[in-house]
Amino acid sequence: MEIDPFIFRFSIFILAIFVGYYVVWSVTPSLHTPLMSVTNAISSVIIVGAIIAALASSSDSIFDTSSIFGFLAIILAAINIFGGFLVTQRMLQMYKKKKKDKK
Amino acid sequence: MISPNLSAIFYLVSGILFILALRGLSSPETSRQGNFFGIIGMVIAITVTFLTVGNFSNAIIYVFIFLIIGGAIGAFIAFKIPMTAMPELVAGFHSLVGLAAVFVAISAFLNPEAFNLGFPGDIKLASLIEMSIGAAVGAITFSGSIIAFLKLRGIMSGSPITFKGQHILNLIIGLSIIALIYLLCSTQTSSLFWGMIVVSFLIGVLLIIPIGGADMPVVISMLNSYSGWAAAGIGFTLENSALIITGALVGSSGAILSYIMCKGMNRSFFSVILGGFGGEATSTDKQKKDKKPVKSGNAEDAAFLLKNASSVIIVPGYGMAVAQAQHALREMVDTLKKNDIKVSYAVHPVAGRMPGHMNVLLAEANVPYDEVFELDDINNDFANTDVAFVIGANDVTNPVAKTDPQSPIFGMPVLDVEKCKSVLFVKRSLSPGYAGVDNELFYRENTLMLFADAKKMTEDIVKNI
Repeated sequence: MEIDPFIFRFSIFILAIFVGYYVVWSVTPSLHTPLMSVTNAISSVIIVGAIIAALASSSDSIFDTSSIFGFLAIILAAINIFGGFLVTQRMLQMYKKKKKDKK
Repeated sequence: MISPNLSAIFYLVSGILFILALRGLSSPETSRQGNFFGIIGMVIAITVTFLTVGNFSNAIIYVFIFLIIGGAIGAFIAFKIPMTAMPELVAGFHSLVGLAAVFVAISAFLNPEAFNLGFPGDIKLASLIEMSIGAAVGAITFSGSIIAFLKLRGIMSGSPITFKGQHILNLIIGLSIIALIYLLCSTQTSSLFWGMIVVSFLIGVLLIIPIGGADMPVVISMLNSYSGWAAAGIGFTLENSALIITGALVGSSGAILSYIMCKGMNRSFFSVILGGFGGEATSTDKQKKDKKPVKSGNAEDAAFLLKNASSVIIVPGYGMAVAQAQHALREMVDTLKKNDIKVSYAVHPVAGRMPGHMNVLLAEANVPYDEVFELDDINNDFANTDVAFVIGANDVTNPVAKTDPQSPIFGMPVLDVEKCKSVLFVKRSLSPGYAGVDNELFYRENTLMLFADAKKMTEDIVKNI
């Protein structure tokens, strides 16, 4: 009997949870806020679903109910992608080491 | 147009780049590179999606227009937002991920052919389950984050909203979502799908309203986790590995942060989620209230103490964020350093309204990150320090957590500020902290209370040093 492809995806999922577990524990606590904003940005990769939905319409009716939801999701995800990465960048730029010690 | 196999490989690559993005955050030096990996991963994922669909009809123009509109809004927000508003920004962003997940699930439900999931009214069972879960979790993330946003922004009161039978009501609604998904899968009726989404929006609101302001670090982390699980659910529907990997990463990241935050408060995850914490005073503080003298001083006294110290530890808290006192604080520390006084910062895991909140604010004020220490790394140093300068923190310094088993915060890890020779406590009044517990520190011999706005007091101290 063939293995359902779902099982493969499920395996990826479980393995990624483990990867996430170990990677996130190694994040330094002082960077927990950037961690949240960057996870926010990357979870907006959901935009791929939105793009598929938006492009799925036939060419004579670009906006049907299904694709409108796709277009709306594109806006939401794009806000998140740009906002998330840029605000993370802005925060990370602020983390500086001691310049020179005046001891 | 590229083959599905090739695009699957590219999605895997972008998934790996996202892992590297998180990995980079293990130290501030590698973090910027990590963020860059994240951006590349996203560009790959989006480009590959365009190439895979390969349908370059007029619709693609609109896709770009919407992409640019969203991107411009996002960039505008990212550059304009003040650092003190980070918690509500993150909550707001979570809500967008949640809503995007709902919208994608809706369009997949309305037009399953586009995603190879079957036909309207005859969607593959597994896909239907996956998209329902994605939509339900997404909807909970959306409405929950909106409530968290309103509470953090101060539009809604931060105090818990509770009513009788709340938990039972939530349980019934939760079970009804499962029942709706079950019925939806067996009948494929679209009204059940809409009903399930509406009910999920409702439970998101009900879950967050009983949780109070200072429990927000847990709530934000939890919603972060939810947004990941929602993305993973959609990832299964779309059979997209980038989305599955990312969802799993974000889901576990949020879960770990929630765990760290709960541990920082010595509370179980469930007691936070059930909410209603804070507000009622316990019997022990009632007895103390009217006794015990409090020593209070002004900026001059504080400046005198600080000037004559040789080492100082700063303990910032949410009050510093509210008063926007981080820049004034940094100025004060600079003056102290000029007088050869050793200064370091002690940050409690749950100080502020989100994980790492204080660190970002201090970084914004140009405090080097190697002067900022976590609870475990600095707690032993208080005994050898002359002055502890507590600015806007309260519960996280309360020695009651170590001594009084009756206290609601007993067992919570606290900063041992009382071991310093003297403690300067900047606070507006003697009111108890979020946990509703009187801080014993106020009445200690070696504590000097500075009743003022954190920013104004710090500025006055600078003038007097």
